[in-house]
Amino acid sequence: MNQDIFVVIEHLQRKVLDISFVMLAAARQLANSTGGNVTAVLLGFNAQGLAGNLSADIVLYVDQPALAEFTSDAYQKILAGLIQEQAPRAVLFGHSSIGMDIASGLSAKLSLPMVSSCHSFSDDGKYVSQICGGKIMAEGMLPGPTVLVSMVPGGYKAEQGQSSQAPALTNVPAPALAELRVTLKQYIEPDKSDVDITKEPILVAVGRGIQNKDNIDLANDLATALGAVVCASRPVVDQGWMPTTRLVGKSGKQVKPKIYLALGISGAPEHIEGMGESDTIIAINTDPYAPIFNVAKYGAVLDLLDLAPALTEKVKGAKGG
Amino acid sequence: MEITLSPLTPTIGKTFIKSLYELEDGERIKTCLQCGTCSGVCPFGYIMKFPPGKMIGALRADIFDQVMKSDSVWMCVSCNACSAFCPSNIPITAALMTRAKEELLLAGNIPAELQTALENTQRYGNPLGESPRKRADWILGLQPEVNVLAKTRQPVDVLWFVGDYASYHPRMQSAGKALARILNALGVKFGILGPEEFSDGDTQRLAGERGLFEMMAQKNGQILRRYKFNEIITTDPHAYNALKNEYPALGLSYPVRHYTQFLAERLEQIKPLLKNEMKVKITYHDPCYLGRVNSIFDEPRTLLNVIPGVELVEMSHQRLNSLCCGGGGGGMWLDGFQWEKAHTRLSEWRVREAVAANADILAVACPYEPPRFEDAIKTLQTASHLKIREIAELLAESMGL
Amino acid sequence: MKIAVPVKFVPDLVEELTIAPGGSALDTTWLRLIISEFDDHAVEQAILLKEHVGGQVTVLTIEAEGSDDFLFTAAAKGADQLIKFTGDFSNSNNHALAHVYADLLKLVQPDLILTGVQAHNDLDGPVGPLLAEYLGLPYVGYVAGITVSADHVVVRKEYAGGLIAEMELKLPAVLGIQAAEQPPRYVAYSKIRQVMGTAKIEERAVASLDTGGTVEVSRMFLPEVAERATMLEGAADQIADRLVSIFRELGTL
Repeated sequence: MNQDIFVVIEHLQRKVLDISFVMLAAARQLANSTGGNVTAVLLGFNAQGLAGNLSADIVLYVDQPALAEFTSDAYQKILAGLIQEQAPRAVLFGHSSIGMDIASGLSAKLSLPMVSSCHSFSDDGKYVSQICGGKIMAEGMLPGPTVLVSMVPGGYKAEQGQSSQAPALTNVPAPALAELRVTLKQYIEPDKSDVDITKEPILVAVGRGIQNKDNIDLANDLATALGAVVCASRPVVDQGWMPTTRLVGKSGKQVKPKIYLALGISGAPEHIEGMGESDTIIAINTDPYAPIFNVAKYGAVLDLLDLAPALTEKVKGAKGG
Repeated sequence: MEITLSPLTPTIGKTFIKSLYELEDGERIKTCLQCGTCSGVCPFGYIMKFPPGKMIGALRADIFDQVMKSDSVWMCVSCNACSAFCPSNIPITAALMTRAKEELLLAGNIPAELQTALENTQRYGNPLGESPRKRADWILGLQPEVNVLAKTRQPVDVLWFVGDYASYHPRMQSAGKALARILNALGVKFGILGPEEFSDGDTQRLAGERGLFEMMAQKNGQILRRYKFNEIITTDPHAYNALKNEYPALGLSYPVRHYTQFLAERLEQIKPLLKNEMKVKITYHDPCYLGRVNSIFDEPRTLLNVIPGVELVEMSHQRLNSLCCGGGGGGMWLDGFQWEKAHTRLSEWRVREAVAANADILAVACPYEPPRFEDAIKTLQTASHLKIREIAELLAESMGL
Repeated sequence: MKIAVPVKFVPDLVEELTIAPGGSALDTTWLRLIISEFDDHAVEQAILLKEHVGGQVTVLTIEAEGSDDFLFTAAAKGADQLIKFTGDFSNSNNHALAHVYADLLKLVQPDLILTGVQAHNDLDGPVGPLLAEYLGLPYVGYVAGITVSADHVVVRKEYAGGLIAEMELKLPAVLGIQAAEQPPRYVAYSKIRQVMGTAKIEERAVASLDTGGTVEVSRMFLPEVAERATMLEGAADQIADRLVSIFRELGTL
């Protein structure tokens, strides 16, 4: 029985997804407490190159046409054989559209315990999971001898799972897959012309404090610098300064971005209803008693018209642009 | 918004029309003169494909399906202006608009915001989706402590039905506190239901959810039966309307008054307590369900007039033809929908009238109004000086509470 | 087409969640349960499919606060069969639930099983793929769009950033629903009341649960929540600097 930590690498359209690196970083921490290796498991077709910057001790690579792009049936069948054979201490999956299609199925198939929504591990090898919309944390010993874990992002930085040196790669032979019940027909790319603010990770939100239509450009500049999108509270949309598709709040969209930068927004309940669940809320308002400060993580009492241009400059500088 | 009637829709035909005639005074629809007054006085009439008069026309021409396919019904804010001015005395709001909304709801046709409010009401007993356990949290800090009947079980003189918005909405909690302080200053022995209180259900009823209204009424009835009190007062004209006009038909009959009536009765007791002068011009907005529907126009004005220093001015729409704030008849939760069509809010219209009347303060007597009017002020630069105050807040300020 | 929709109830987050005295579980005194949002979507999607291609919809759940109301609401929307499992579910987990559902569904033999892609209180993995495996059926999750044919379905599977994958699955199959093609429809309360008089909930007793999949929790706790924002001081430039380092910490720069 080995103490290795397996990480099922997620990739789409020839690109390794960030969660894979987050998992490799998590695996490293876990491997330190178990004393085993970090093994990246890569399934694909002519995809060895994708292993180039994985921070792992070894890469197990299975090559087959049916594995070129992810499908649940194919990946699950291959991984079942691999996990059974290798019996690692833990197998990490992304808590994602890829990982979640196969992890608990494998748990059922192989009668292996599973822990989901894992955010991080502790130094003594416990899992820490995030449940109930992030309101509750659950911690416990990882069951054995082999446990399947699905990981959510946030506990580790992707950079920690990246390496400048390609790890050693072993080709693992596997029987040719036949009679697959799930096939990929095509990908449909997102429509770039239509911004869906509910899918944006960073939102720059403007409220009454923006004062007039021309000042929206300050928010646009900041958003461009941050790689974000501008949204608004109701007074701004009502004035016609922003389209209704950008409205956040009771009468608009509900958003849960990683960062919600609220500029000149007082934080009326009707607005909070639309963004209160954002991961990190940063609020800028000239009113120190603005209710937005009760839901924000960080705040500053100052005029957004002063802050926005200053921040845009600093962000550009930080990005080296 | 293209409305497609699902396969589960009952036909809008003879059964529907018959059901209208069966409502109280519903037969009067037959006597419509097609004079157009209702359409003219309807605040959103100018934007509806089928303003009220045309709706009745369509009903008679048996093309009501077209009305249901249009957006017109959901533009109605149940302000009752059409009913109030109809020369044939047709209760248009109650006998047609509310029923049409009921049919749309049954077909599953409903703007998303309203759906959330109704689902919240069903689940949490309030449209805001707040935990019922927190319904009395607003009393924290008030001294003496507000009597929550479930805890003290004492008989009281007055049961104060606080209402959803005064209980939960941060802006309106201050109005609730003001009223609590006034009642204490007057030595009134009162209690509230607190977490046992359910939404009065009136606005939901006006939005087409008769079944939900009845459920709320039943639940409130069960709670009310437990306690001893002489009368009920409400913060909210909608609760007043429900308790006075709708609950009795469900077997729940109590003497009920709006808080302005209750306080106006105690004018001589209040006068000496108004120690602070307030040299301001105040204009009073008649809420639809206090004024137009229940003919209570004078008491709120009496209370305002008695505050030292106050000059009462009137807006161009007042009393019977007061302009709806757009909140009450479900309008609060049709806001996004109606904004998309009209690009104006009734609350903004009203705020402009207040400014035109040269008022410093726009006084209100309904908890839906302050958030709506204050939002409107944010978008109107000419109104930036205008303050919105609930009558209770003004009295409390003058009383130094 | 026979469609089955297993659903479950989860803690209602509108109420404040607190930890029970033992420190390793949720305090159930004030806990209210609500239908898992994605399961609500699964029911809606099933009704939509029935409306498009005809068929029969069966909704299954275990007895919980509000489960009857939910089943009646589903019937009011168009569900044909309502099944409620009764028994002691206090130590339940998703593996156990999946076994309970699988035992029945092996007999019902639906063409398609729809269930929410996950529930926010999942700790041992979501129900859908477990159920699929116990039934020996294929599974695709994060589905927001279904087109049905005689012996297969084509689904739109959502990836991050708006990318969609069109996947084809042979029937019978299990799908994890992310979103129905339209938001769960409203049902007027009078309709629900009406249905309570006519629809019947079939009860099936569960003698014992296979709790093998339980995840041991030694500690449950609330993440640190700052009551009020950490206020940054200084002029625009200084605050801008501070914000840049915050962005760095959050991984966006």
